[in-house]
Order: sequence, then structure tokens, then C-alpha cells
Amino acid sequence: MTTLTPRNKKMALLCAISFLNLSIFALAGEMKEADTTDNNQNRIEIKDFAFNPQNLTVKSGEKITWINRDEEPHTVVSVEKQFKKSTALDTDQEFTITAGAPGTYTYFCSVHPKMTGTIVVVKS
Amino acid sequence: MSDYISHDQEHDGIDRRGFLQCMAWAGTGLLWTISGGVLVSRTLAQIAKARAPLPATDLSFLQISDSHIGFSKEANKDVTATFRIALDRINAMPTPPSFLIHTGDITQLSKPEEFDTFDEVLKSCRTKDVFYAPGEHDVLTDGGKLYRERYLKSVEGKGSGWYSFNKNGVHFIGLVNVLDLQAGGLGQLGDEQLEWLEGDVKVLGADTPIVVFAHIPLWAVNPQWGWGTSDSERALGYLKRFGSVTVLNGHIHQVLQKVEGNVTFHTAMSTAFPQPAPGTAPSPGPMKVPAEKLRSMLGLTSVQYKQGKTALAVVDSNLS
Repeated sequence: MTTLTPRNKKMALLCAISFLNLSIFALAGEMKEADTTDNNQNRIEIKDFAFNPQNLTVKSGEKITWINRDEEPHTVVSVEKQFKKSTALDTDQEFTITAGAPGTYTYFCSVHPKMTGTIVVVKS
Repeated sequence: MSDYISHDQEHDGIDRRGFLQCMAWAGTGLLWTISGGVLVSRTLAQIAKARAPLPATDLSFLQISDSHIGFSKEANKDVTATFRIALDRINAMPTPPSFLIHTGDITQLSKPEEFDTFDEVLKSCRTKDVFYAPGEHDVLTDGGKLYRERYLKSVEGKGSGWYSFNKNGVHFIGLVNVLDLQAGGLGQLGDEQLEWLEGDVKVLGADTPIVVFAHIPLWAVNPQWGWGTSDSERALGYLKRFGSVTVLNGHIHQVLQKVEGNVTFHTAMSTAFPQPAPGTAPSPGPMKVPAEKLRSMLGLTSVQYKQGKTALAVVDSNLS
């Protein structure tokens, strides 16, 4: 039987935390971060302190990518915490998620909260 | 053009004409002073030539703001250099300020190495005491944890980092209005901080001069651009009974002033890059100007207090 040494305890804790994160993610689960290797048409440009387009309808399973064209950093944060928030996006940095369950998802820039947008996810 | 007030209907030490004049002077890089009912102007060049100290005061301090260390785009590719120039100006002042107040956006992206650069360059400043209020750029990644660890060492920070202290009979209040911002909203102080503020000033006599400093303006400069604080009215309500309240903000990278009763609102220039005047561009953000013009649009703010005077003297100077 494996005893819990301090190192093992740490590992166990890390695993538990990872599992917890995944669980929360799966529960919240509608959208998640994705890699940006494949093409997707659902691009939202951040320019002049606005999300363009401000309202976007996508199909479940499609990717959505925000790209910051301002010289100011911006973020993409779900108002209802329905998907993982982006880091601060510097100029030309991107953030991509995959649309999950159908529904309406409002989001904003937590640095400049006047900037808001909506994603509507429909069945694929 | 007279340097003195001709009309003072509001008994606030400023007439409309004088206010417009001083706004124009600020815009063209001159200095202006409002002190105890007397409006005076002088250019930075005049002060430098005379090598004379400003009038004797009981307390003088300096506001610097929006250094944005780490920014390297067209509007200013070397913000560290212009920050250094601002410090050189402070070091060259005939009467050194007692302390500095930095009203936020120390860094561009809250990166540890950006804070490191700021701290390293700041070492060259002869004035060592610095008090801070965070900007939204300082709390981008960790809710302000790193900022608080570094910049609240000499004060007793409450909540997300607000505090107060006294100097020479003046009560200073550093507020945080860049955290937990709500979708569609403006800067925000929040209930916890407002309750603390109410208690903090309750014990003070109405004749205590108050200086409030925070990053985002505590007045509605341009709500469409987010240049305002949603619950600032409540904060100002607690300060209404005081005879002299000076509110110092950054965030908008330009000098603007408004006087309401006994409250003087003032915003400072950045040491990094200018931003457009409210409503004159599609959006706020770094404004590109010809290289030879840049330093005339960057600057710092000197504030002096003399006991017995109702208003504090506020002097803006650019880095030309």
C-alpha cells in the first residue's frame, strides 16, 4: 500500500485540484478554451474598445475566436461565469473557445466593462 | 491676460473666465495654480530660469500617474525613458516634494518584470515616500495581489487596498475603483470600501483639508468611455461637510478640472502617452502625436497646501 509522504500528498492534492477544475469545467461545460490551429469563421475583432460583431450566433461545437486589434489590453469574461475567462489579451493576441450547449452567453471586458457582447449558441 | 480672478460668483476661488484661461494654459503646456482664491500662472521655463522655490507652504507633494511601464507601441515606444524624465524633473525641483502619489497604471500588463523596471527606475528619485492607488492595468491577472504586496508596505491597506493617512494636518484617502467591475458599468468603489470611508472621515473636523486619490475619475468625465465611477456620488456625500476637498485622479492621461462647491476634481497627465479629449475620437486609448509634441502632452502635478487657505494649489507641468 502506498503511504502518503509529503510529496505524495502534494501530488494527491494537485490531482484533486485538477480533477475539481475539470469537474467545474464539465459542469459549466458549455464553452472551453481550444487551440487555434483550424480555421473558423467565427471571429470577433476587438477594435476601438468594442467587440465586432457585438452579437454573434454560432452552432454548438463551433469555435469562436476573439482577436485584439487595440493597443490596449482587453479581456473576454462571461457575465454569468459560464466559460473560462481569457487572460489579458495584448495587441494581436487571440482567445478561442468552443461553443457548447445552446443558449445565450453574455460577456464583457473586465478591464473596460463598457465593452459587452453576446454569443447565441444554436443546435448544430 | 490677468493672472488674477476678476469674478468669483461661487466664492470658490475661480471665475469662469479664469477657469477657461487656466484650462487653455494647461492645454498649451503652461503651469497654473489655484490657491486660496488667487489664480496664478507661470510657465515651467519661468520657474526653471528663476530657480526660485514655489511660495512657502506647509506641505507640498507631487502626483505622477499612468506610467504604463511595458507599453511599447507607436504612441510612445520608450515609456521608461519618459518616466525617467519625469523623475529628473522632480529631482530638479528647487523645493523637493514631501512625497509622491502615484495614481495608478504603473504597468501596462501587470507583469512582474514591468513592476521590477518601475521600481528600479524609481530608485533614482530623491523623494522616497510614495503612496499608490492601483489602475486597472496593475490588477489584470491576479486581482491586484502583486500590486498590494509591493506597494502597500508603508500603509495599512484595507480590503482590496484602500487606506488613509495624515500629513501636516491634511487627511489623505487612497481609494481603489478598478476591481470587480460590472458588465456595462464604470469604475466602482463598492459597499465595503464606502462603509469604510464613511467611518474613516466621521471622526474628522469639518475644517480638516481632505485629499482623495484614485485611478479612475470620481466624476463623470465621459461615461461613454468608462471615464467615471458609478458610486462616486455616495463617496462624495460623506465628504460634503468638509471645507476643502481635493480629488486627484489619473486614467484619462490629460489635465481636466472641475470645481463643485468645496470639492476640486483634478486629473493628471500620464508620463507615458496622451489620450484623446473626451468624445473627440471613436474610442479612448493611446493617442499618436508627432514625436516633437509628445513630451508636451506628458507631465506631472504638484500640489501645495498652506494652512489657513481654503484650496490647495494644483500646478501641472509637462515634460517639454
